[in-house]
Amino acid sequence: MIYEITSDPIDAAALVAAAQTDEAGAVSVFHGVVRNHNLGRRVLYLEYDAYPPMAERKMREIAAEVRTRWPVTGIAMRHRVGRLEIGEPSVIIAVASPHRADAIEACHYAIDRLKAIVPVWKKEVFAGGEEWLEGTAIDPESAQAMADKFPSATP
Amino acid sequence: MRTRVLLFAALREAAGTRELQLELPAGASVQRLKDEVAAAHPVLARLLVNAAVALNEEYVPGDRSIHDGDTVALIPPVSGGQHDL
Repeated sequence: MIYEITSDPIDAAALVAAAQTDEAGAVSVFHGVVRNHNLGRRVLYLEYDAYPPMAERKMREIAAEVRTRWPVTGIAMRHRVGRLEIGEPSVIIAVASPHRADAIEACHYAIDRLKAIVPVWKKEVFAGGEEWLEGTAIDPESAQAMADKFPSATP
Repeated sequence: MRTRVLLFAALREAAGTRELQLELPAGASVQRLKDEVAAAHPVLARLLVNAAVALNEEYVPGDRSIHDGDTVALIPPVSGGQHDL
């Protein structure tokens, strides 16, 4: 399994290979890619920062959460840091499961959780300026708050 | 106790460094640490309002005590959670 922050370019093939097992009938892959516009501005590139040891620990926690909710056979996640150009992938998640519905739902859960709790930040450099984008502030008490969004996964 | 505080993203840029050293009483709370950082570095005060704190790579509430040797990280809102995601 891969749970990694890296400054090298990332691609899906390695993550699919890491997640896939012979029991899997489906591998669902999420690609987050750098788009050329945000909030009405023309984006030139993004710069990602992370707290790597904690980010990797949180990715492992998310994988454990996924495994309690869906019958997945493999999970892999990799997030890139540093300067990323338009169109480059910033994050890739691969989730393998015997059946596609579980793989797709589990992959959706994993990326939503990653966006909510993994310490990674992006600075947008746009035509005319730059800004660290702020998502939602983290509430340390609400680690399990996502379960409501995925009622079918609640035991 | 001498406490090491890691900074990221907007906090790192505003402070001009990835790491601060802070003198705190043993067992000081996480909230106390945030207050001390804001007092020592007013340029960070606004950003600290929404920052979470990680103690040894785990998110903790403001009333948690800090002990000698703990690694403290100030965590600005992470990059997800925006309306368009």
